[in-house]
Amino acid sequence: MRNIKTSQSVVFTWSALALVAIVSVMTLRGASGIVHAAIAEPSSGSPTEVKIDNFAFTPGVITVKAGTQVTWINHDDIPHTVDSTEGKFKSAAMDTEDKFQFRFTEPGEYPFFCRMHPKMTGKIIVQP
Amino acid sequence: MANKTQDLIDQNLQDLNDDGVDRRGFLKCMAWAGTGLVWTLNGGIPVSRAFAKTIGKGGSKGSDFSFVQISDSHIGFNKPANPDVTATLQVAIDRINAMPHKPDFIIHTGDLSQLSKPSEFDTLDQALKGVTAKQVYFVPGEHDMLTDNGEQYLQRYGKGTKGSGWYSFDQKGVHFVGLVNVVNLKAGGLGSLGHEQLEWLEDDLKAHSASTPIVMFAHIPLWTIYPDWGWGTDDSEQALSYVKRFGSVTVLNGHIHQVMQKVEGKLSFHTAMSTAFPQPAPGTAPSAGPMKVPAEQLQKVLGITDVNYLVSGKSLAIVDSPLEGSSASNKTGG
Repeated sequence: MRNIKTSQSVVFTWSALALVAIVSVMTLRGASGIVHAAIAEPSSGSPTEVKIDNFAFTPGVITVKAGTQVTWINHDDIPHTVDSTEGKFKSAAMDTEDKFQFRFTEPGEYPFFCRMHPKMTGKIIVQP
Repeated sequence: MANKTQDLIDQNLQDLNDDGVDRRGFLKCMAWAGTGLVWTLNGGIPVSRAFAKTIGKGGSKGSDFSFVQISDSHIGFNKPANPDVTATLQVAIDRINAMPHKPDFIIHTGDLSQLSKPSEFDTLDQALKGVTAKQVYFVPGEHDMLTDNGEQYLQRYGKGTKGSGWYSFDQKGVHFVGLVNVVNLKAGGLGSLGHEQLEWLEDDLKAHSASTPIVMFAHIPLWTIYPDWGWGTDDSEQALSYVKRFGSVTVLNGHIHQVMQKVEGKLSFHTAMSTAFPQPAPGTAPSAGPMKVPAEQLQKVLGITDVNYLVSGKSLAIVDSPLEGSSASNKTGG
């Protein structure tokens, strides 16, 4: 179920980081409505990385095209996990800076949470 | 800003504190980190005291027996908040061994390890071999059940337990119940005991008369402290409904790395300090992550804030007993 990181996904990761940076700036300006629109629309620049910071998945919801590999990375001092609420994927414990990757092939909604800290929730929306 | 934060904390604590204890005084006593608590049983009423300084003044003299609660060792954690958690666990063990009256046993309320690694459990076992108490009882924290559905933990610490590691035992007329609320957690939820364990608990308690003192222990608090940070247990109300008929019930938890306590009728709730690193008071930080203090302060912090918990009518008596530096401040609830 876990996929090996390809060079292509590295490129995606960097463009995702760039978008996250832009989104962050927009958030600071208080343009929250625009931020939501930016996250919801999949495009070549859509984020494919979910960060874990301060016991939260960021962004909490991302939309990707089918076939996209999503990467979660834990920036906290405490381990976390990424568990599909419906049992479709499940990471091992991720220590600080550990990553988990999963490629979404089927369109649909994939809610997930941390099984250690279940208040932490998020969702991947996969479009055809 | 500081006042705002203080107000927020006061507000958060308001519901927790219908017991006559001044809220600011209570907050002052929410210790960051420490080494453990000694519990002595006098006439079936558990009384806790930090074991560092006050134990000499009367200690467990005249008590039926005593035990020590330690929690949240997080062996394997090596981040700036405490790069050597094995050393601070050893400090706790040294303190226990230096007590004038040897505790009958130790209860560890979970998060023995950081990542459920065999090497982490090995290190904990090795350290606890040096403790003079006859026995150590465990319940798992969420950090201990990370691999193979908790097999590693259950093989080492769960022999003779039920389900994911729950059990009960009796000591000189007191009934102890160890519960597990860290597995099969639901997205968006808090800690969870689950249907099977609750049924077992109801059945287990039926055999005991209402005059039997009950001590329940579990990792995540069995009372709602701060749901935003997951500091509570979804189905704890049901568990507590089974103990309502008993005359003395003490609930011991870990997980939040600080002392908080509450008395509700015949129920006394208490959370223990960690032997590894402090966590922030509810709502005072962006998250519940480890609280970093300067290295030279950590050792001080581990020893400085001791809390005595005395049942006195309906109220608490809390004593701040720093190991070094400024003198102790007393706060007694009316």
